[in-house]
Formats: sequence, structure tokens, C-alpha cells
Amino acid sequence: MSSPGLIRYISKPHPVTGVTNSKLGIWCFLASEVMLFGALFSAYILLRTGAPSWPRGSDLLNVPLATLNTIVLITSSVTMVMAWASLALKDFSKYRRYMGFTILLAFTFLVVKGFEYGHKFEHHHFPSTSNFYAIYFALTGLHGLHVIGGIIVNSYLLFPGSALWKTEPEQFMGRVECAGLYWHFVDLVWIFLFPVLYLL
Amino acid sequence: MKYYGWGLPFNASVHGAEIDRLIYVIHIFMAVLFIGWFIFLIMALLRFRARPGHKAAYKLNHFKAPTYAEVGVALFEILLLVGFSFPVVSHVRNDFPPVAKSLEVRIVAEQFAWNIHYAGLDGIFGKTDIKLMGPTNPVGLDPEDPAGKDDIVTVNQLHIPVNKPVIARLSSKDVIHSFSLPVMRVKRDVIPGQVAPIWFEANKTGNFEIACAQLCGLGHYRMRGFFTVDTPEVFQKWLDETAPKPPAPEPPANGSDVRPIPSTESTPTS
Amino acid sequence: MSGKNHSHDLPFWRKYIFSVDHKVIGIQYAITGLLFLLFGFSLMMLLRWQLAYPGQPVPFIGHLFNESMMVGGIMLPEFYNQLGAMHGTIMVFLGVVPLAVGGFGNYLVPLQIGAPDMAFPKLNMMSYWVYFLGGVTMIASFFAPGGAAQSGWTSYPPLADIATTGQTMWLIGMIFLITSSLLGSINFIVTIVQLRAEGLSFFRFPFFVWAQFVTSFLLLLAFPPLEAAGVLQLMDRLLHTSFFLPSGLVVSGNVVPVSGGGNPLLWQHLFWFLAHPEVYVLILPAMGIVAEVLACNTRKPIYGYKAMVYSVIFIGFMSFIVWAHHMFLTNMGTKMSAFFQITTMIISIPSVVILTALALSLWGGSIRFNTPMLFAVTFLPMFGIGGLTGLPLGLAAADIHLHDTYYVIGHFHYVVAPGTLFALFAGIYHWFPKVTGRKMWEFLGKLHFWPSLFFINGVFMPMFIMGLAGVSRRLYDPIQYAHAQPVQPLNVFMSICAWGLGLSQIPFVLNFFGSLFFGKKVDANPWEATTLEWSAPSPPPHGNFSIAPQVYRGPYEYSVPGQKHDFWPQAMKEEN
Repeated sequence: MSSPGLIRYISKPHPVTGVTNSKLGIWCFLASEVMLFGALFSAYILLRTGAPSWPRGSDLLNVPLATLNTIVLITSSVTMVMAWASLALKDFSKYRRYMGFTILLAFTFLVVKGFEYGHKFEHHHFPSTSNFYAIYFALTGLHGLHVIGGIIVNSYLLFPGSALWKTEPEQFMGRVECAGLYWHFVDLVWIFLFPVLYLL
Repeated sequence: MKYYGWGLPFNASVHGAEIDRLIYVIHIFMAVLFIGWFIFLIMALLRFRARPGHKAAYKLNHFKAPTYAEVGVALFEILLLVGFSFPVVSHVRNDFPPVAKSLEVRIVAEQFAWNIHYAGLDGIFGKTDIKLMGPTNPVGLDPEDPAGKDDIVTVNQLHIPVNKPVIARLSSKDVIHSFSLPVMRVKRDVIPGQVAPIWFEANKTGNFEIACAQLCGLGHYRMRGFFTVDTPEVFQKWLDETAPKPPAPEPPANGSDVRPIPSTESTPTS
Repeated sequence: MSGKNHSHDLPFWRKYIFSVDHKVIGIQYAITGLLFLLFGFSLMMLLRWQLAYPGQPVPFIGHLFNESMMVGGIMLPEFYNQLGAMHGTIMVFLGVVPLAVGGFGNYLVPLQIGAPDMAFPKLNMMSYWVYFLGGVTMIASFFAPGGAAQSGWTSYPPLADIATTGQTMWLIGMIFLITSSLLGSINFIVTIVQLRAEGLSFFRFPFFVWAQFVTSFLLLLAFPPLEAAGVLQLMDRLLHTSFFLPSGLVVSGNVVPVSGGGNPLLWQHLFWFLAHPEVYVLILPAMGIVAEVLACNTRKPIYGYKAMVYSVIFIGFMSFIVWAHHMFLTNMGTKMSAFFQITTMIISIPSVVILTALALSLWGGSIRFNTPMLFAVTFLPMFGIGGLTGLPLGLAAADIHLHDTYYVIGHFHYVVAPGTLFALFAGIYHWFPKVTGRKMWEFLGKLHFWPSLFFINGVFMPMFIMGLAGVSRRLYDPIQYAHAQPVQPLNVFMSICAWGLGLSQIPFVLNFFGSLFFGKKVDANPWEATTLEWSAPSPPPHGNFSIAPQVYRGPYEYSVPGQKHDFWPQAMKEEN
């Protein structure tokens, strides 16, 4: 029996549910994120089916750059898992390397996106130009904000937050796992975004 | 004649009776349920109030009556849906009268007026363009289009003949309005970017109102129109009076000396 | 972690302002929520002057308002529309939900499940302060050029797209509020699932916990589409996109220079996808409170507890598929109309089951008529009227006449005002002893209850008559239309009742503050109730329970045969 006043199942999983509090929490959060992006995808469908004409994504958008970005993001998901696995194998320096890579790849994604956006703005293609651009910027913009959020969380886990590894290794591993779940979700959203916006 | 009071407004509509019947039936149902529940509530509160020597019962037998009542309510709701609401909605939404037998009218809503556009004698609506819209041309009638020359456009004046179906195509220039004719039990949201066709038929004459039933800005409260149901003769007279007058014949373009045929009174020539 | 920072070591600002203790946060939510309820109510009391006496200067305070709101004390249409939009927004999002979920939920759920705190105390604190920020943004919007949002709480575009700056602040405020809700709902779900005491299985939960559990899922899953819609409307307003603007718009004689191709109905779908579950967020915690107060004051178990649990779960699911009954008149086809009419009729069934079970819980009881019980029992017929008047609205044929009339306003206010608000009052009177260690004064409680009951019915019952007469809502001048003129005396009656209702709250405010300092001191379980919060001291210390509770039985073991006392607490091992 744990002492009163202490919140249980922070590091050890609950005997019935089999998960820690943060893991259940992050799954709940991801469920709400599915509804958020789902709403935007639904908006896309409604706008596109209601439009008299709709351009082909591949005509207006930079497919090679976006393909590169897709590879970048998928790779960063792999490095994220490797970071967590390194902690499971108690190799902290490997963890730092992989987490560092993940953040670097995330920055790469943003830089490539920056080039894409810059190119659009140079040619006077703004959200106000057409509903195609409006939903493109809305979807990729919100996704980009989520990438930035992931960078912030991962940087915290790489730098100041990593001190927890010394005192509560299990709890720290749990945090990295939750950040990983979030990061996979960000990747997954992009895997839907890319074909819908760029290829269809 | 008293059209409005503390209950449903006067009904001037062919499909109004069905809607009113549904409203009455539901409210009787609601009253029966509420009074039944309320009597039960008061009985329970009185009978089981705490008093010396009275103990609460830990376990009670399962009450069967509420289950039967619940099933009854569900069945009645199905009846209301299938027997009343579905047929009326389908009728109002889909059973358009033939265009040949109806009066067609276009209603263009704006902040804060109802522009009513009739096709005129030729029965053809003139072309419209938003770029031509202005204070003197609220629906943007194209002056080049011959079909539009006899069109009638009024502001806030909807006249229709009694006992003749009307097909109205509703559109909005700016924000969402809602076209409501309370005495006709007609109401439809007017959404910019869409043309909403509705139909109705009046079976009583009188002077009634158009109301706006969706907040559309500062003037929403005064977006009141006049809705008049006339006998066919009075309606025709109104059409004739309101129709645009044909312009005076123009002199020929080549500027010759040919003048209009003079009347019997001699007119001095210059 | 909460075990480490002992509360007596913390400085004042960390103990009472930026606290991570769910009880402090619950009180913060409750006080802030009550203040916003008062503010939102005041907006309505002002609005009702214009409805009763259109065009007449507001007495006493009219001259305090500046030229953009009132001229010579006479309300302007723009200000009337602001009052309407902000009354709705503030009552729903800043008042009722923060009080019902943030206040009651936060304070009671960890206690009722035997937990030391919420699963994520820091997140809990953040939820409150983000809500506070959202509230400040909403209030500040009154001072924006053009005033606050004035396109209804529903913010339909294109009107909301072209409205003044206040609408942008409304959208930003909503994003704060939605974020706060999302963080809170995650906390509730994880806490209830993971931190319940040993022996507290799901079917031993107090019904209040079930209600909060389902409510949290509604908040978690229904709010994000509105957040998305808010972002899209912000883009329409600030970046000149056309998500909700079709081509060919002409406003005030000018063609609107946007790309067009958008659809105003997209907003309506996204908005109502949230806003319908939102109304269940408004009612479910109230049903939970009524269940607790009824069980305690009838001294017997709730009738049909299992049926109520299945019903509340079913309501949760169904609430996601009824939303378009708010859109019956938007040129909907008959198939879609039939679908939403059917789901709307279906969702009425579990609501009736819950209401009937609560009413049947009175049968065979030994009923104590204290103030919380008066409010809780009254909830039943009041919610009954609210629910019943939803029927003509849910049937699309009748809705043709009743849509956007005062009938709708009467319907939803009955559910949320003499419905939810009365349940919340019941909760305040019932749990005040637990939170403060003192009881509220019964006499002032009854003085609060009876006039409130009379006046609240006086405000809302006439609305059904006005609705049947065809009077539209949101009308600045109620007598422009001939069909509205015969019912104008009702407007005067309703306004007087509204002001009377305002005055009737004075005994409550006096009682609340007076009892805080002078109320009769009580021990842990003054009502002799069974649920876990009554096993903790009044008020509970940081960490709630000195020993983690072990639960031995269900939540409503009252009047168990063979026991000496007529209540058997959930966490008491031995006989009582």
C-alpha cells in the first residue's frame, strides 16, 4: 500500500489498465487531436466537393520538397523510438544522440516548410488567394505549430528535463515514451496531409 | 380581423393546418406526461416525508409501470415522426407545384430589406449581376436584357394571389437571413451562396408580415416586410400598377424630318 | 510530485493563488464561475429593460454608459446585440461549465473516489489560469472598438466574419477556454480511471462521478472541431480567407473583395458538432449533483442506478449525432432531416430514464426538506419542462414555425436555469459544510429558494407563448412586428420577474459570506451521508485522507436493514 498523499501510477502502470497516468493522458490528448485535425480534413472535403473547380495539388505545390519532408519526418519518428529504446537499454548517451537527431530532423522539416511558404509568398500566393491555398496553409500551418510544440517538448527532455533520469529513471522513460507517442501522431498527420494536399 | 394574439397566429396557408395539428398533438402529449409526472412527484413528496417512526425502504420491488410508460413514450414519438413530421417535411421540401400553375418570385435578402423580384408579363426573369446592384437597382437587373424590361422589383412588398401556389427562390446578398411568413407557417434560412427554393399556397386573403428569423446585424429587428394576399383581380391590378411603364417612343436615329402622326388638333410647326 | 511539498511549507501565493491542490483550484473555479454568472446575469437584466420598455432610457445607470452603447441612456442596437451574444457566451462558457465541472468536479471527484488529488495537479492549475485568461479576454472585448462580439453566441458567418474587432477577441477567448477544457478533461478521465481507491469498482461510483466521467469525454472529443472552426474564422477575419464566405457577396453596396468559394454552413456544422454535446456538458453534472442530494435526503439508495449509468453513457454517444437538429431550416434534404430527427427522438429516451429514476428514488424514502433538497427536487419538474419542450423543436415540421423564436429560448433556459443552476445551488448548500467546515443558514436558504422558484418560472414560462405566437429571438425592438405586439405585456412581466430573480439572490450572497464566518461549525459528516468525501475532515487537508480509503460497498447504502444507523459509509469496514 502506498503512503497517503502520494499520487500513484506515475511510473508504475496501474494493475487493471496496464498503463501509467501519463500514458493514458497522452492517449486522451491524441484522441482530441484526431478530432481537431479530423475537423480540418472534413472542412477540406466540404470545401472541395462544394467548389465548381479545384486545382490539382501537384500543379500548385512542391511535391519533391514535400516528399523530402515526409522522409525527414518518418526518419525522426524512427530516431524518437531509438531514443526511448536507448533509455530502456540504460544507455543515456545514446539517448541524447538520438533525441538530438530527432530535434534536428524536426528543425529540418520546418526549414523546408519555410522555403515552401516563402516561395508561395514570393509569387503572391497567400491564404486569401483561394480556398485551396487557404486550407493548405491552415492544415500545414496547424501541423507546423504541432511540430514546434514537439521540438519544445523534446528539447526540454534533452536538456533541463533529462536531470530526472538520475533520480527517477522509470518516470523519465515514461515521459520520453509519451513524447514519442505525440511525435508519432504528428508524423501520422503529415502522412495523411501529404497525399491529400499534394497528390490528389 | 384579428390575426395575432397569445397563441398560434392566424393560419392563411394550405399546409399550415398540418403543422398546427402536429403542434397541438405534441403539446397535449407533453401536458399529459408532465401532469402525470408532477402528480407522482407531489404524491411521493407528501407520502414519504420524514416523520417520527417512518423509515425509508432499502430495497423496493422493480416498478413495471415506468417501463411501460417509457415504451409508450417511445412508440408515440415514432408515431409523431413517421405519421406527422416526416410527411409534412417531405411535402414542404419536395412536392413543388408545377411551374406553369404557380407564381414564381425571387426574393433577395439584404441588410435590412427584402427585395422581391417578379418576372413580369413575359414570365421570364431578367438577368441579374451583382456588379449592377445599387440603391435604385437592388437586385442588379441587367438593363440590356429585354426579358428584364417588364420585371417588377419591390422593396419589402410581397403580393401574391390567393389559392395559387407560389414558388419563391430565396437568396442573400450579404449575411444569413431567414425568410419567415408566420401566417403561412413558412420559414427558411437564406444562406449566401445558395438559392433556396420554397413553395407555399395561401388560402385566405389579408395583410400580413414578412419577418427575418436569423440575426443579421444591427437592423435585424426592423427587417419587416409587407406580405399581402389578394384576390386574383386585386393582385392583377397591383401587378399592372406596379409594372414598369413602357418608355415613350424615341425619335428615329437618322434625324429626318419625319414626325409622329399629328393629332386632329393642328400643332404649330417650327 | 504532490507528496514532497508539504502545504504548510508553501508561501501564500503558492498555497492559495498558484496552488496545485485540487480543492483550492476547485474553489477558484467556483468563485470565478459564480462571479461570471453574476456578470452574465447583469447583462441580461440590462437587456430586459430594452425588451420591456423599448426606446426608453435606462433609469439610474443609463448615463454611465458611453455614446457607443447608449445615447441619452437609450440602448443602441449594437449594444443590445452585444449584451445578447455575451450573455450567452459568459453564462455557458465562463459561468456554468467552470462552476459545474471545474468547481464541483475538481473539488469532489478526487474525494469521492478516495484519491489524494487529481492525476496531474500542475496541469489542473494551468487549466484554471488559462480559463481565467479566456475570461479576461472576453470581458476586455467590451472595450474593443465597436464593442464586444455581437453576432450571437453562435457567431454565424458571414455576419461574424465581417463583424467588429470584438469578434476576434471572442475567438481568441474561446481558444483559451477550449484549451482549458481540454486539459481539464484529460485530468478528469485519467484520475477517475487510475486513482480510484481500492474496492471502488466502476459500478460503485457515486452517480456524480459517472456524470463527470462522461462529461469529460464530451469535452475532450467535441471541443476540438470548434477550435478548428475558430481558427478558420480567425483566418477569414485576419487573413482574408473565404472559408465561410461564398462568392458574390455584396455588403452595404460593395462587392466583398475575397476569393469566395466558401460555405457558411461549414461553420454551422463545426460549431454545432461541439455545441450540442456542450449542452449535455451543462446538464450531466447537474444530474449528478441531484442524484447525490436525493440519495442523502431520502435516506435510501437511488432507484435504477444501473439503468442511470447505462443511460448516461448512451447519452454521451448519442450527443455526437444529433447536432444538425439546430440546422433543420438550412435547406436540409429530407434524408438528412429524417436522420437527425430520429437521433434526436432517441436521445430523449435515456434522459427520460434518468429523470424517471431520480423521481422514483423518492418513493419509499424518508424525505428531509432542507435547502439542498428543495433545489434538487425542483430540478426534476423544471428539467422535465425543458426536456419536453425540446420535442416540438426536434420534430422538423413543428420546428418550421418554432425555429429561432422565443420557444427555443424558453426551452433551453428551462433546462439550464431552473434546471442546471438550481442543481448547482443544491450542490452549494449540500457541500458548503465539507468545503468550509460550517453549515449555511437554513432560513436564508429557504428565503433564497422560494422567490427564485417563482420568479424564474415567471421569466421563462411566457417565452413559450411568445414562441408559439411566432416572435423571433434577438430582436432589439420587440414591437416592430404586428405579430409581436399582442404579447408585449409578457415582456414587461418577464423583465420584472428577471429583476425580482436578481433580488432573490441577495439572501444567497448574504448566506454564503455570512456562513463562511458565522455559520454553525460541523464535523466530517453533518448530513450523515455515505460517499467517500464525507469520510474526510471538513475541510479536508492537503492529500485528503490520512489513510488511503478502502471501499467495501456501493455509494448509496442508506437504511440497510439490520444496521443501527440509517447510513453505511462506503469506506467503513465495520457495521454502522
